[in-house]
Amino acid sequence: MSSVTAEKGNGQVSVKKKSQLADVWKRLCRNKTALLGLVIVILLVLIGILSPIIFDYETQVIKTDYSSTLQPPSAAHPFGTDELGRDILIRTLYATSTSLSIGVVTVVVALAVGLVLGSAAGYFGGKVDMIIMRIMDIFLAIPGTLLAICIVASLGNSITNLVIAQAVSAIPKFARVVRGAVMTVRDSEYVEAARAIGAKDTTIIFHDVLPNSLAPIIVQTTLEVATVILSIAGLSFIGLGIPAPRPEWGAMLSASRSYIRDYSYMCMFPGLAIMITILSLNLLGDGLRDALDPRLR
Amino acid sequence: MIKFIIKRLVALIPVLLGVTLLVFFILDLAPGDPAKTILGEQARPEDIAALREEMGLNDPFIVRYGRYMFDLVQGDLGTSYKTRDPVGEEVWARLPNTITLALTSTVVAIVLALPLGIIAAIKQNTLFDGISMFISLLGISMPVFWMGLLLILFFSVKLGWFPVAGADQGIRSLVLPSVALGFMHMAAIARTTRSSMLETIRQDYIRTVRAKGLPERDIITDHALRNALIPTTTVIGLQIGQMLGGSVLTESVFAWPGIGRYMIQSIQGRDIPSVMGCIIVFAIGFALINLLVDLIYGFIDPRIKAQYK
Repeated sequence: MSSVTAEKGNGQVSVKKKSQLADVWKRLCRNKTALLGLVIVILLVLIGILSPIIFDYETQVIKTDYSSTLQPPSAAHPFGTDELGRDILIRTLYATSTSLSIGVVTVVVALAVGLVLGSAAGYFGGKVDMIIMRIMDIFLAIPGTLLAICIVASLGNSITNLVIAQAVSAIPKFARVVRGAVMTVRDSEYVEAARAIGAKDTTIIFHDVLPNSLAPIIVQTTLEVATVILSIAGLSFIGLGIPAPRPEWGAMLSASRSYIRDYSYMCMFPGLAIMITILSLNLLGDGLRDALDPRLR
Repeated sequence: MIKFIIKRLVALIPVLLGVTLLVFFILDLAPGDPAKTILGEQARPEDIAALREEMGLNDPFIVRYGRYMFDLVQGDLGTSYKTRDPVGEEVWARLPNTITLALTSTVVAIVLALPLGIIAAIKQNTLFDGISMFISLLGISMPVFWMGLLLILFFSVKLGWFPVAGADQGIRSLVLPSVALGFMHMAAIARTTRSSMLETIRQDYIRTVRAKGLPERDIITDHALRNALIPTTTVIGLQIGQMLGGSVLTESVFAWPGIGRYMIQSIQGRDIPSVMGCIIVFAIGFALINLLVDLIYGFIDPRIKAQYK
């Protein structure tokens, strides 16, 4: 995965090892919007990690305080308080950790299963490919949101079930991307070489094929985190997502509906939080796509 | 062409069988006893047992699925646990509302997206390009239910132009839900239109017509657009599928009396047959839309039409 380039410097010939990763990083840095996305994503991750440490869940995040309900934004409560007197700023920040962690866990699960199914289908082809992809087609025949709704409606809304529901709807997408990526490198000469020296199929897949099909998979992963977070917010909005009282942006927006006439500030900040998160992940994903595959530009 | 349509319709059958099996299986995992849901918690155990027997709930999974499918092919979507009415009637009554919303929001999406995408491509790397791509990024990033809330806040609560919810004011009721749902889907369509338009206007045949001295306007509308619209059609088709998912949320925000809202109400009431019916109707609709999109390609692109034979 590294290329050796000869560079002339100070009149001397030096051989410099330039990794592909450094190349990608350089191209990503040249793309201002992608960089902006990356910076925001890093900030969000920091917020997600720090807010459970800074704020006490029992007393600051979920404790109702009837003496300070529905207060508009002020110095004490910059985003105001909700119908149960809870600080909207703290809840919005805290929800970052909920959304991001569920988003990442879901995508990791979906990616792991999608990797296995997709690479098996792409590498072996034939009957294996047909059986796996027909099953994936059935999952893809139901719009993702509906499939997730169906699963949560049946199993009940807990965080585990939410992860299962989102992962199941995301697996076919990963399987497809991985399969496509694997098929493009399957017949290349180095894979043939590996086969010729007697490498096992699993070794070839994980050692030779997958590392060279990473680009589309990384892009899909980034974009899928955004999709999952958006979908969780949607499910929470209709009461099928994160169970109360744990703060979640979609659920907070749903609660703000009854107060939209007189306390419209309630519906601003959680919505903004979702938008910024999705926007930054999309910017980063698009930037990664350009950086990882310069041909696509 | 007819042969192609029939072939595709036949190919739909195993997919729909798989979808119904999958949905039936998932909803079968739901805890709780339907007989108890119908009769209430206070019902006598022997009554519950009798109803379970009558409803065939004691039969093995595959028998129940077979029975459901047998009814389904005759247009029977089962009976609601809550109202004891046929689910088919409930869904049928709401279907026009959902289709209307899907159509109007598709129109909104296309009307917004095509000019944005085309002009962004023609004026690539200008301020207009930047602005239109930013707008479409907003569309991708804004959750449809938040967009809905903001529209309600400004246009219903503050300005009073449109009703807050419901469908009883005709077109006025339809405007905000269509804009909310359409805005969300505008984004992907505009981005695809831009990139395919960029690709098309760099092709040799466009350079040829330009060399022949055709006005730029005619080049774009008569020569470039037709080819550039093929990927756009694909995305519109894909978006309509997503729109079915989005319509559940939109219908919920605007209390729009469609299938999506009925489904949410059914989920809250643990009315499994109704939920099942809604998802099946959505899945069939999704499959038919995809087929329709494939057929529309043929009208736009003779190269694809040739493959249909």
